[in-house]
Amino acid sequence: MSSKAWDKIATSIFGAIAFLIVAILIALFGYILTKGLPVVTWDFLTTPSSTVRAGGGIRDQLFNSFYVLFITMIFTVPLGIGGGIYMAEYAKDTKLTGFIRTCIEVLASLPSIVIGMFGLLVFVNLTGWGYSIIGGALALTVFNLPVMVRVTEDALRTVPRDQKEASLALGMTKWHTIKTILVPIAFPSILTGAILASGRVFGEAAALLFTAGLSTPRLDYANWNPFADNSPLNVFRPAETLAVHIWSVNTQGIIPDVEQVANGASAVLVISVLLFNLAARGIGALIFKKMTASK
Amino acid sequence: MKNKELSAQDRLILSKKNRRLDEVRGKIYVTAAALIMISATIAITIFLGSKGMQSFITNGLNIFEFITSTDWNPVGENPSFGAFPFIFGSFAVTFLSALIAAPLGIGAAIFMTEIAPSWGRKILQPVIELLVGIPSVVYGFIGLTVLVPFLRDNIGGIGFSLLAGTIVLSIMILPTVISISTDALASLPNNLREGSYALGATRWQTIRKVLLKAAMPSLLTAVVLGMARAFGEALAVQMVIGNVRELPSSILDASATLTTIITLNMGHTTYGSLENNTLWSMGLILLVMSFAFILFIRYLSSRRKI
Repeated sequence: MSSKAWDKIATSIFGAIAFLIVAILIALFGYILTKGLPVVTWDFLTTPSSTVRAGGGIRDQLFNSFYVLFITMIFTVPLGIGGGIYMAEYAKDTKLTGFIRTCIEVLASLPSIVIGMFGLLVFVNLTGWGYSIIGGALALTVFNLPVMVRVTEDALRTVPRDQKEASLALGMTKWHTIKTILVPIAFPSILTGAILASGRVFGEAAALLFTAGLSTPRLDYANWNPFADNSPLNVFRPAETLAVHIWSVNTQGIIPDVEQVANGASAVLVISVLLFNLAARGIGALIFKKMTASK
Repeated sequence: MKNKELSAQDRLILSKKNRRLDEVRGKIYVTAAALIMISATIAITIFLGSKGMQSFITNGLNIFEFITSTDWNPVGENPSFGAFPFIFGSFAVTFLSALIAAPLGIGAAIFMTEIAPSWGRKILQPVIELLVGIPSVVYGFIGLTVLVPFLRDNIGGIGFSLLAGTIVLSIMILPTVISISTDALASLPNNLREGSYALGATRWQTIRKVLLKAAMPSLLTAVVLGMARAFGEALAVQMVIGNVRELPSSILDASATLTTIITLNMGHTTYGSLENNTLWSMGLILLVMSFAFILFIRYLSSRRKI
């Protein structure tokens, strides 16, 4: 066969591969949404889940997911931005910097179940907290930190050198330059990265199984005292998140409407992650527009 | 208003002091953040290392037997702890899913960079981002409700199988493979392509003989990163693989991996018991493998020519 014919065959194979991947995505989303959306009613979102009977909702799981995410970001954002600033502005080309880079690489590539096991060892057993929101959030922080550091470092590195040098030439100190020039310019990218990372945290389950637990105590949403046992705001209570709930109803649950609940929960989870992605693009672009003269 | 009473010189000194303090504070903050990353990594290694060695040191389990024996019977009269079926399962799903994801992923990358750079990328880029965005439990759940019954009815076996785990994992690692391969191919200098076309090579010849060879170390990195992800994935695999303790004899047999056994049994065993300790030893294997993957990727990137 001539090389031209081979070229045609190869081209169509690559086209077929691309088509297959798009088809897989459409099939996955089509399945999740067509099966899940009919289940997602206001009732489903606002009734507590049941461990034995049919008809349970996902109220507590949904709240837990957002709350764990919120606590995680309280730890991750300042630490990640600090680490990113260090890597971009302070780290000299030494062995120590190389070692920190290796550490970031290791943390980023650790399987989430391993981080969950570490969390079980340290944040659950060693501290004596038991399964708790704060333990889960700390485990997720370990899991999320490298992403945040990388995002911040990359964002700071794309700030034009001129702007930094102009600030230093005016006699501003280094930290002041970072605080008032570099970080604000890099802010839209950092925010985009943070929201994307939130999406990842929102869907994470393996790291939470052994840290935040598989159960939620009976919650009273009128009780806002963060130290009360039945308060949703208490960070020392166990909390089953939405992603963990999908896993546990499928593998450990005995409720008769497993598939219904899992379908609905999957749809909510996927739509939330989708919204995180859209928000990341939208908000980043919006802030960039507000802060700069570009149209 | 107090500032007004100070002389100009005092104010300057004061602000200088403030600045210096600010400077020091800033440096302490970012250095502390960097140190926390080091300490987290070291803490994970030490804690999981010592806990994972406990079953060999405290309980006197033979490490060689643990890795090579196929007999896993933790609750019997004469308990035996051979983790080989799970180690085998982990490696099997990892390699098999890489075998599927590598050609598909690199093919898609070639489509995006070489065949249809203008519109191919516009379509596939968001597709990849959406695939990344689907949480692993959702992949597992769809595998459980769609793939497992499909395999049971059309291919044979009970559906829960090595094959089901492989398919789920290969879709999950596809985005990793595609995005890194795309970067690798896109960063190749254009004169490689032009030189090849000038010699009269067709596009396929250019891709096969020039571009793939030049990008090989980076493409391998993409596949290895995908494999690292597959090796550590827990819940999605656990939902479809069947979790049996026997060594699978075919790809349609149910099987188990290190991660699935840890997920399944961590909650059911007493903390500190021998069976529980062996789970930590499996966790240590995961940690060691994750180091091994990093070392391998470093080796590959040192071989990158362009």
